Amino acid sequence: MGDPLFWHRLQFGFTATYHYLFPQLTMGLALVIVVLKAMGLRTSEARYNDAARFWIKIFGINFAIGVVTGIPLEFQFGTNWAAFSRFSGGIIGQTLGMEGMFAFFLESSFLGMLIWGEKKLSPKGHFGAALALWIGSWLSGYFIIATNAFMQHPVGYAVAKDGSLQLASFWAFLLNPWALGQYAHNMIAAVVTASFVVAAMGAFWTLKGIHPVQARLNLRTGTIMGLIFSVFVAFPTGDISGKLVAKYQPITLAAMEGRFESGPRANLTLIGQPDVARRRIENPIQLPAVLSFIAYGSFSSNVKGLLEFPEDQWPQNIELLYYAFHIMAGLGTIMIAVMALAALLLWKGRLDQNRPVLWVLMLAFPFPYIATAAGWAVAEFGRQPWLIYGLLRTIHGGSPTVNAGHTAFTTLGFAGIFVVLSVLWLFLIGREIAHGPVSHSAKA
Amino acid sequence: MEMLWFWLVSVMVAIYVVMDGFDFGAGILHLVVAKTNEERRQVLGAIGPLWDGNEVWLLAGGGSMFLAFPKVLASGFSGFYLAIWLVVWCLMLRGISIEFRSHLDDGLWRRFWDGTFAISSVLLPVLFGAALGNVLRGVPVDGSGYFEMALWTDFRMGARPGILDWYTVLIGVFALVTVAAHGALFLAWKTGGAVHERSRGLAMKLWGGVLVLWIVASYATSVVNPDIFHRLPQAPLGWVASLIFLAGLGLVFVGIQRERFLLAFLGSGAFILGLLAASAACVYPVMLKSTLDPQFDLTAVNAAVGQHGLRTGLVWWLIGFPIAIGYLAFLFRFNRGKVTAAAEGEGY
Repeated sequence: MGDPLFWHRLQFGFTATYHYLFPQLTMGLALVIVVLKAMGLRTSEARYNDAARFWIKIFGINFAIGVVTGIPLEFQFGTNWAAFSRFSGGIIGQTLGMEGMFAFFLESSFLGMLIWGEKKLSPKGHFGAALALWIGSWLSGYFIIATNAFMQHPVGYAVAKDGSLQLASFWAFLLNPWALGQYAHNMIAAVVTASFVVAAMGAFWTLKGIHPVQARLNLRTGTIMGLIFSVFVAFPTGDISGKLVAKYQPITLAAMEGRFESGPRANLTLIGQPDVARRRIENPIQLPAVLSFIAYGSFSSNVKGLLEFPEDQWPQNIELLYYAFHIMAGLGTIMIAVMALAALLLWKGRLDQNRPVLWVLMLAFPFPYIATAAGWAVAEFGRQPWLIYGLLRTIHGGSPTVNAGHTAFTTLGFAGIFVVLSVLWLFLIGREIAHGPVSHSAKA
Repeated sequence: MEMLWFWLVSVMVAIYVVMDGFDFGAGILHLVVAKTNEERRQVLGAIGPLWDGNEVWLLAGGGSMFLAFPKVLASGFSGFYLAIWLVVWCLMLRGISIEFRSHLDDGLWRRFWDGTFAISSVLLPVLFGAALGNVLRGVPVDGSGYFEMALWTDFRMGARPGILDWYTVLIGVFALVTVAAHGALFLAWKTGGAVHERSRGLAMKLWGGVLVLWIVASYATSVVNPDIFHRLPQAPLGWVASLIFLAGLGLVFVGIQRERFLLAFLGSGAFILGLLAASAACVYPVMLKSTLDPQFDLTAVNAAVGQHGLRTGLVWWLIGFPIAIGYLAFLFRFNRGKVTAAAEGEGY
């Protein structure tokens, strides 16, 4: 209880993880809705607009919770991480300010039109609102990732006389190679989440034998988008992210893999438990030399182990980092397999009759949520013990005047609010699903 | 450059108060001016498409302050720790109540969210007003650039005041009545029928209250921080801003008398904007006044980041600001005319 930093970290990790459950769906769903609206415009078939209308309702509920759970994150920079804000506000204030100016205004202006405006707008106008919301939410994503990328791999800064950071090159900061790689990986993961949710809904309706037209359309859309994007999430974007870690945070790479010794022809660990005290992996199943290839593009390249670095540079929670990374990568592989199987059956025209695969699709929708949460845990635990990599240690970033009791209290407050939000979410989403997709002509 | 950013941040915050102010006002009054479910949906329909965008001004204003004066943000947010989280929780619950109230056609469900909407709408302006009161009065910033305050104390002044004392509570009440009066004019403009009638009836009384509280609050401010009024003679922008809020006040009363409610609403917007601008002009360059020692004051000069950052921010701000205003104009045009309650299952 006595350590304020523990509570600051817990609160930020907790609120950020909870918040991200919602935007990862809405950012992906925004693209799905754009695709459905575009197909509706092109073919003038009612089923595309019916499907879009259903997903816009789901989008609306998730977006509202995403917005309200995002507000505290913005405030925590000042309340809980005051020393970090003083140190780096001159840089990351740029992207956080731009997010408000260029993304939030766009989103908030067109959200109501997308949700409530279908009757008031022309079909093209309604498509335009969907497009605006997609652009807005993806811009928002970029500004946040660019902010995070500065903490992972700081570029474009100079140190001022008072020791704080100043902007030196706006473009270097905004086009941080880390940001570009992480953004692609992250946004594609968001589309994977949405695809699995859409496919799961289609599978559910098919298994129940209800809404046949919509069931088929959702299965098809979810499976095709799901296969394309779950491959992209691994290759090239996952691969690029891995190489960025290898290049800029070699200690993190060693910890992610639970690798203690340095050397060429490094093995990739598939399964095994890291034992930090004894500096080894227990019961490993490994692919020889594959880690060297993944990290540096050649089987013979040298991959540094943790023992090469002083221990005060090691990430804390090496075990957590190791497991988070392996859960992410393992689930990613399973997701590709699930979607490849479903797509194959779809192509053969047998997906709607294959009940076991439909069951798998229906139950697999949490996988991308878990994988994405694990992926963020890899990024954030991997950066430790640094708050800004190489520049500011986490222990120096908290608010000096805020005590542990206050932060514990507000963390509990958030836990309470999040329980209420979760119940609301379950209830409202359940109602929309029970309500099902409604055709416009039937409703009027 | 620092002065320019001081004004940009002030303008963003002032726009936030004017914009979110009217939807706070609608929330404060809706239990009184809207009695039936239909009428409440009319009120929500009037602010529903706008409130989210209004709130973005707070985030954009906060972002601008983070960009230009991170020391002020860090010091203020960590110093007002518990009060800030009260604000955030109210903002969260309020947003949810607006968005989710009409998802379910059930009396108990709707009464619960109506209550949440009303309570959070009352608390927020009081808290924001108290925050303004703290900024005007000063806070115990020390040599490290930080401060820590109790949520309330014995309500007496001194070097180590609490967040709530008699002065900040007064400013909180002033803010509450002002945004209620502002919201009454918005509703009188945007609605018809019974809601319109009740809102215009309340508007006159509330503006009478604003007038009285404004005089009391001005006097109290001159007591707790005499410097503010001493600076007025050297602050030409303060004079301009004073003319704006006085003209706005005039427009409010003329507009109500002549039943031109858009005019009155614009007048109340000008009153709030002008009053905040006048305050900003008179405290410049101090952003966070120290009650311990003037040399610990956080000012626009000693808390600003480097020139390159300020210039870069200005470039994209000059692009983003007109776009934001453009969306605003488009939204108001798209939602023009008097609001009626939407059919069940649609709209707010």
